[in-house]
Amino acid sequence: MRMVVENLGVERGGVPVLEGLSFALAAGQVLVLRGPNGSGKTTLLRTLAGLQPPLAGTVSAPPEAITYAAHADGLKSTLTARENLEFWARIHGTGLAVVDAALERFNLVALAGRPAANLSAGQKRRLGLARLLVTGRPIWLLDEPTVSLDAASVALFAEAVREHVADGGAALIATHIELGLEAGILDVTAMRADPHGAGGLTGAFDEAFG
Amino acid sequence: MIALLIRDLRLSIRAGGGFGLGLAFFLIVTVLVPFGVGPEGALLARIAPGILWVGALLACLLSLDRVFQLDFEDGTLDLLATSPIPMEGLVMMKALAHWLTTGLPLVLAAPVFGMLMQLEGPGLWWLFVTLALGTPALSMIGTFGAALTVGLKRGGLLLSLLVLPLYVPTLIFGAEAARRGAAGVEAATPLLLMAGITAGSVALIPFAAAAAIRINLR
Repeated sequence: MRMVVENLGVERGGVPVLEGLSFALAAGQVLVLRGPNGSGKTTLLRTLAGLQPPLAGTVSAPPEAITYAAHADGLKSTLTARENLEFWARIHGTGLAVVDAALERFNLVALAGRPAANLSAGQKRRLGLARLLVTGRPIWLLDEPTVSLDAASVALFAEAVREHVADGGAALIATHIELGLEAGILDVTAMRADPHGAGGLTGAFDEAFG
Repeated sequence: MIALLIRDLRLSIRAGGGFGLGLAFFLIVTVLVPFGVGPEGALLARIAPGILWVGALLACLLSLDRVFQLDFEDGTLDLLATSPIPMEGLVMMKALAHWLTTGLPLVLAAPVFGMLMQLEGPGLWWLFVTLALGTPALSMIGTFGAALTVGLKRGGLLLSLLVLPLYVPTLIFGAEAARRGAAGVEAATPLLLMAGITAGSVALIPFAAAAAIRINLR
């Protein structure tokens, strides 16, 4: 499984934010996505996940190989932690055995029967990340996965990523903290698009995110 | 896709899920109307099909803004959009869940509420049949409206304004068939037209609503 991105351009709200982006993500590889706030990291990840069409260029990986985790964890507060994961296991057809493994991996076994509403922010995040294991998809696109995680949970997460890539998976992670992973760096700062081009609005870069 | 339906049904019966909201609203309308128009049995029986149809329609409208909004706000819709489920299937399941939690209880309760409105035997039967055939269209059309307004904060009012005109044909034919049926005259024509609207909306709306969601997720 290999994702090759060629000459990709992405837009947000009709304003081009990144252009001329080319990189490859091979099995067993972790790429860390860097760039200042508002530089288009989230937009890039959403485009790669197939949630929005690219402005230009191509992404070689099929959407079926990709799973995406964003700022929102997609948890239902009235369902228990286990029910939340079981739902995603059924949606992805991966069987209920993976749910136990995912709960174990993110140290959530003791919380499995609790409604998601009663979990702390960090516990919710861990549950959201456990969903990645349940999907069974090889390419992980993660947008600031460590928000509200403590040091121990970050280590837990880094270990999960390490195991995933050792199994032939790959991950593209937008993060600003050091995960202790062997990872390449993809800095998008140099690929910022000219907001005046391609019929975009005029004005400062951040205006697209107002 | 069945997993999605089961989850939606489960969410609707848990705390804050809103199951029974439409039914309670429907009951309030049916109980209040006789107070408003007076206790004349003949008059009530004459206006009953129309009142009950309007009540069912408004009860359907009440829960529409929840169809996609909750999943949008907590990020589930993004994740479902990247899941193996086709967006059209997602729309179908959402509409079906809405009908099962809102439309079906209204259909089953309508004959009982019809009695409160002095509706007689054949009238009750026709009310039941027209609502059973018409409420799926209300859920489908409403799901389309919900898909159009999914990203909007406080989109409920806009949703009502968008959906109400689209509900009018279903209301006209449904209430007309129920009224004719209650009066014992030929009612097949409005009934078939309404069934046509239902069949057409079930066939076409998943594609339109799926396209609307894809655009709103960008």
